[in-house]
Amino acid sequence: MQVTSSIREPLITGGKTLKDVTHDVSRQVEGKPSLGWILGLLFSVGILLLGSIALVATLWEGIGMWGLNKTVGWAWDITNFVWWVGIGHAGTLISAVLLLFRQKWRMAINRAAEAMTIFAVICAAMFPVIHMGRPWLGAYWALPLPNTFGSLWVNFNSPLLWDVFAISTYFSVSLVFWYIGLIPDFATIRDRASGLRRTIYGALAFGWDGAAKTWSRYESVALILAGLATPLVLSVHTIVSFDFATSVIPGWHTTIFPPYFVAGAIFSGFAMVLTLMIVTRKMFHLEDYITIGHIELMNIVIIITGSIVGVAYITEFFIAWYSGVAAEQYAFINRATGPYWWAYWSMMTCNVISPQLFWFKKIRTSIVATFILSLVVNIGMWFERFVIIVTSLHRDYLPSSWAMFYPTWADVGIYLFTFGLFFTLFLLFAKFFPVINMAEVKSIVKSSSQKANK
Amino acid sequence: MKENKKTYWKGLEQLTNDPEFVKHADKEFPGYLPTNNSEETGSTRRDFLKLMGFSLAAASLASCEAPIRKAIPYVNKPVDINPSIPNFYASTFSSGGDYASIVVKTREGRPIKIDGNKLSPINQGGVNAIVESSVLTLYDKERLSGPHINGEKTDWTTLDAQLKAKLAGAGVVKIVTNTVLSPSTEKSLKLFSDAFGGAEVIAYDPLSSYGITKAAEIVYGTAILPTYNFEKASVIVNFGADFLGTWISPIEFAKQYSKGRKITKEKPVMSRHFQFESNLSLTGANADYRTAIKPSQSGLAIMALYNAIAKSAGATTYAAAPVAIDHLEKAAQELWANRGKSIVISGSNDPNVQVVVNGINDLLGNNGVTVDFSRPSNFRKGDDAKMNQLLLDLNAGRVGGIVFYNCNPVYDFANGAVLADGIAKAKVSVSTSETLNETASLVQYLAPDHHYLESWNDFNPRKGEYSLAQPTISPLFDTRQAQDSFLAWAGAATNYYDFLQANWRTSFFETQSEVSDFQQFWDGSLHNGVLTIETESAPIAGVADISSAASAVAAAYKGDNAGTELAMYAKVGIGNGVFANNPWLQEMSDPISKATWDNYLTVSQKWAVENGLKMSEGATKTANIVIGGKTLTVPVLVQPGQANGTVGLALGYGRTKGGRVANGIGVNAYELLDASKGFVNFDITEGVSIELTSGSYKIAQTQTHQTYMDRSFVVQESTLGEYKEDAFAGRYQPKVYKDGEFVKPSKISLWKGHQYSQHHWGLAIDMNSCIGCGACTVACQVENNVAVVGKQEVLNRREMAWIRIDRYYSSDAEAGDNKALEIAAENPEVVFQPMMCQHCNNAPCETVCPVSATTHSSEGLNQMTYNRCIGTRYCANNCPYKVRRFNWFKYHDNKDFATVNVAQNNDLGKMVLNPDVTVRARGVMEKCTMCVQRIQSGKLTAKRESRKIVDGEINVACAVACPTDALVFGDMNDMESKVSQMLKIQEDSISAIKEVNEERAFHVLEEINVSPNVWYFTKIRNKDKKEA
Repeated sequence: MQVTSSIREPLITGGKTLKDVTHDVSRQVEGKPSLGWILGLLFSVGILLLGSIALVATLWEGIGMWGLNKTVGWAWDITNFVWWVGIGHAGTLISAVLLLFRQKWRMAINRAAEAMTIFAVICAAMFPVIHMGRPWLGAYWALPLPNTFGSLWVNFNSPLLWDVFAISTYFSVSLVFWYIGLIPDFATIRDRASGLRRTIYGALAFGWDGAAKTWSRYESVALILAGLATPLVLSVHTIVSFDFATSVIPGWHTTIFPPYFVAGAIFSGFAMVLTLMIVTRKMFHLEDYITIGHIELMNIVIIITGSIVGVAYITEFFIAWYSGVAAEQYAFINRATGPYWWAYWSMMTCNVISPQLFWFKKIRTSIVATFILSLVVNIGMWFERFVIIVTSLHRDYLPSSWAMFYPTWADVGIYLFTFGLFFTLFLLFAKFFPVINMAEVKSIVKSSSQKANK
Repeated sequence: MKENKKTYWKGLEQLTNDPEFVKHADKEFPGYLPTNNSEETGSTRRDFLKLMGFSLAAASLASCEAPIRKAIPYVNKPVDINPSIPNFYASTFSSGGDYASIVVKTREGRPIKIDGNKLSPINQGGVNAIVESSVLTLYDKERLSGPHINGEKTDWTTLDAQLKAKLAGAGVVKIVTNTVLSPSTEKSLKLFSDAFGGAEVIAYDPLSSYGITKAAEIVYGTAILPTYNFEKASVIVNFGADFLGTWISPIEFAKQYSKGRKITKEKPVMSRHFQFESNLSLTGANADYRTAIKPSQSGLAIMALYNAIAKSAGATTYAAAPVAIDHLEKAAQELWANRGKSIVISGSNDPNVQVVVNGINDLLGNNGVTVDFSRPSNFRKGDDAKMNQLLLDLNAGRVGGIVFYNCNPVYDFANGAVLADGIAKAKVSVSTSETLNETASLVQYLAPDHHYLESWNDFNPRKGEYSLAQPTISPLFDTRQAQDSFLAWAGAATNYYDFLQANWRTSFFETQSEVSDFQQFWDGSLHNGVLTIETESAPIAGVADISSAASAVAAAYKGDNAGTELAMYAKVGIGNGVFANNPWLQEMSDPISKATWDNYLTVSQKWAVENGLKMSEGATKTANIVIGGKTLTVPVLVQPGQANGTVGLALGYGRTKGGRVANGIGVNAYELLDASKGFVNFDITEGVSIELTSGSYKIAQTQTHQTYMDRSFVVQESTLGEYKEDAFAGRYQPKVYKDGEFVKPSKISLWKGHQYSQHHWGLAIDMNSCIGCGACTVACQVENNVAVVGKQEVLNRREMAWIRIDRYYSSDAEAGDNKALEIAAENPEVVFQPMMCQHCNNAPCETVCPVSATTHSSEGLNQMTYNRCIGTRYCANNCPYKVRRFNWFKYHDNKDFATVNVAQNNDLGKMVLNPDVTVRARGVMEKCTMCVQRIQSGKLTAKRESRKIVDGEINVACAVACPTDALVFGDMNDMESKVSQMLKIQEDSISAIKEVNEERAFHVLEEINVSPNVWYFTKIRNKDKKEA
């Protein structure tokens, strides 16, 4: 057990005992849903259904329902894809990288962050499928499956294929990691429950017996999975960035993309975690578990990654100028001053300027300010992807093909659909699954809770 | 031991050996499972399962049966029709005076493609967009399906009987037609006319050239149109005639013009072209020196030119108000320096102006060389004055019977509304229109004509030049060729085919001595499609006196008109509007404005600034144009090069009874024509007022960005002077640093490179020859079943064209000033760049497709496998040339596109589809294939005949259609091929990367080293120095 320092702030406040932890977390699962939750769920499902009109229309009529054209072949679809994948990154970073670095503050938030990862990846993975002209074929033709179409094989040169591998690996590892972590907590709920609930959670708990040997295996598996997931934090968004970096389009063809995308992903992911955590801690009264300390630490990560992203933006401009390539130079001038200048400057404001406010301790420890800024960062990161994709495409090499992209109701609708899907899943998770990793948190209660030490 | 004789038995049954027992003894312990005998119990469990399985399988198989597609084989195979083998027939396209000798490709008895007839001395294998697309009008389901009397369907016998009786008692009968090019038709009309009291045949042309023929009548005594020869002209001075686009015989002129514009290092000579015009026309866009003038100045400008040349020639000059017009003096000097090998033309319909033009050509000695009245052309025989008289006669009730043949004057003649009133006053009115158009819908008797592809006919486009038209399909509807109708009504006991043959026998066969057998003569003529009969004719030259014309011109024109002037013009695609119901033409992007599906008021940039109009992405405002009490509301298009103080408006739109496609598109500018001066005037110089309304409008343009942003990696151009000094003039030659030296980008590659051991297909495009007419774009659409998507989808920037012509204007801005570079110059230089899939050897599209739907062929083609495509559009995004087209919707068999995409949405329209090319499904990517179906077919033919492919045997549709031979396709592995010779390919190699020695040849975007198989040749302008 860790030596307690009297100087170090406790990670869990309110002098929680082990029993309190179990109670506080399981209470949400066992009790009746709160009015806020019900309203939230109704709202989310409502958005989901509304958005599904756009989804069905697209699948029925074709991609023509969107605002794309001969020049701009990707816009909201891939913007949303990259954005959702990026958001997912925080969960993996928190649960895997911080686990390896033995950052114990992660324990209170990693469960929800991982859930967010999984739901975000589900939302993200939807786009590569539905953005296809023929998803009913593409959904399986993009996989390297043995087939009877002659010896047709996928194209291993294509970054889109790498995406297929990256996203599916990421999703499966994240899912397994998350689920393994849930097992002891399911067992806790099972042990407290009776009747049908006991059966269900019993099944979910996979017969967890709490034996020392089981715990030991559990820890080993967690470490191994963390080890597996850690490279994914870097690889997934690196590969996503290859979609652009390996192309020949000015503004896409950029070697800086992999680190820039990874930093951006963590940046937006942390912002999303903050948005969700601030709501969850309020809704489920978890202020003692998700403390101002957590929020501050996450805000610090946001300053760092936001600054990395800012440097990357400036570097792109420098390299464009330094390269002497006219089309490349124009692509960047066009970003800042062309018809989509407002998107570029929204991105710059939201991603580079606003996070710098977190240098002030008052702001980074303010719940309200953090909540607002976390939304701002996510808006900014959406614009970043929009700027990269649309402003690069809409004016590339041949001025004859320069065009504008205007979203249609179906573009907006499908984005809404993913929001509906994400929040519906997250709310269901928050109600029926333990939102805080009880088992892990208990390990830091003693070291961090003053009441327990007395 | 005593022998044991005891017998042991198992039971009494064995002992007794009961026969019943013996029968079953061996079955006591059976090895098989006892089952109930089906004979005993009806059916077993197994049978039940078998039956159930079968019925389930059968039921589900039956329910997912593929829809039955009709493919009915011939019971008796017609001679010459072999499934999947095309047949070609020489024929002739003609619509009024618009003419082209053509070759019709038919498949299984259906005409599907039209190419130019290379044997024709007129169009020499060239076609234009209208000719290319005319095959679709054959399959227009809105054609009249049979004869009608007063709107009721009837049969031909009833119609003939009634009409003959009625016409006989009608009194004065008049026949109205567009120019008739056919001698046999004229004879049949003569028979008809004779049968009804010498009925007068009145010809008019929607795009009238009455001024020229009238001027010839004034000067030479006969109303004739000369033969023009631009090939022989070193200096071309043109006042507003769009001879490359719509003027008289544009295909022929484009062919001639292009021959004078082709240059090589060895022969750096080209014609110099001065253009003085109000609207930026296709011809003006190709001029070396273009000056924007107002229509009201044109007469004075021509007078000034006359006087300048007369001064040099020492001839009489005539008084005319002076006008300051740029380049006019220079033009006069160069004309004088090139006497006898120059040409001056004017598009004006004013006979006086044309007399002066005749005078200029005469002074220059061009008559008989570049302008030849001794070999008159027949393309325009319209007589505006007679037509005006007819309107008066009709309305005064002096005409009893009126017959409309091959024309639609209610729509396309000035004062059509007056004519419409007049028709009602005639006792008998007849139309032979193929469709129920504006005129046909007002007549009593409808005797619909065949489509020209269903007809026999002959043509005489020029003195001594003849051609034949033959049916390439049996009539689709219960129609009858108009000439047959005339013969029937005249009471002649012959059909038109026999009549035609008889006419050829007497008129042509008997005048020649080369062929002795008429059948042989006829078959030969029909096979070639054309016949030339050499005739001697006395030269017509010498203009006696132009003084009266000169003073009339000096009086009628002025140099300082402050009011707004309207110049009406025809668009290259829609022309005079006869074929407005053809969606291929409606969706064809206008060569200059790049607009589709509309006509619009073209205004100058200055006017736009003054009126606070900003056009972006096709979004604009409408304006009211008021002329003589008539108000039309039209969208406004800002047109660089438009003369200040003028506006332009295209004819051929605003059809009300043109058909589902044409109706309601644009406004009818014919209503604004002025016939008050005795000729149809296309320029309204007085009483024009234009007022911008608050109404917003969107014009569907396929290109909304006007300039090439000083990107020399896209467009490379120079002037002739610089080219003579350095053949690399204007070339942008990027170099990349490698191992201590700067090398070509092609020297550095990640790729191992392809090897093409058989063929290596390539395309060379001479930007100096390309006039931007867009014939290739329609040819590609026909050949490759490219979908029409309609105005809204063009607005959404989703047109499907596989080949497009990028049109760039020059800008006055300094390099580097990106914002200013976006704005075209006031009077810009124009460059046309045909753009299609570049078939890159290092294709960026191929590497990014996740399913390998787009791959490289062993012959250098970038191939698209539609079946495999899942539609990620990554290839299109990664295409630096943006030539890939995505099927955003299902364009075929979809009611949403049924109105516009007629070739893929109804049974009749589908007959035009090329069976060798797949109609693409929703959600797949498509693009130029370099007509891979033609390549395959050519290779198979050569293989079957065990020989090598001959250069030129395989050609892509765009190159075949090109009237200026700007595109040259061929095998770059064949050192003798035309394309290899043009590019001067360095050595015989099978490598994908060919080293070319031609200085003008370049790759668009060479620095990214995608290594295209399409090469461009620099644009060279014949200018003294670089200037906008």
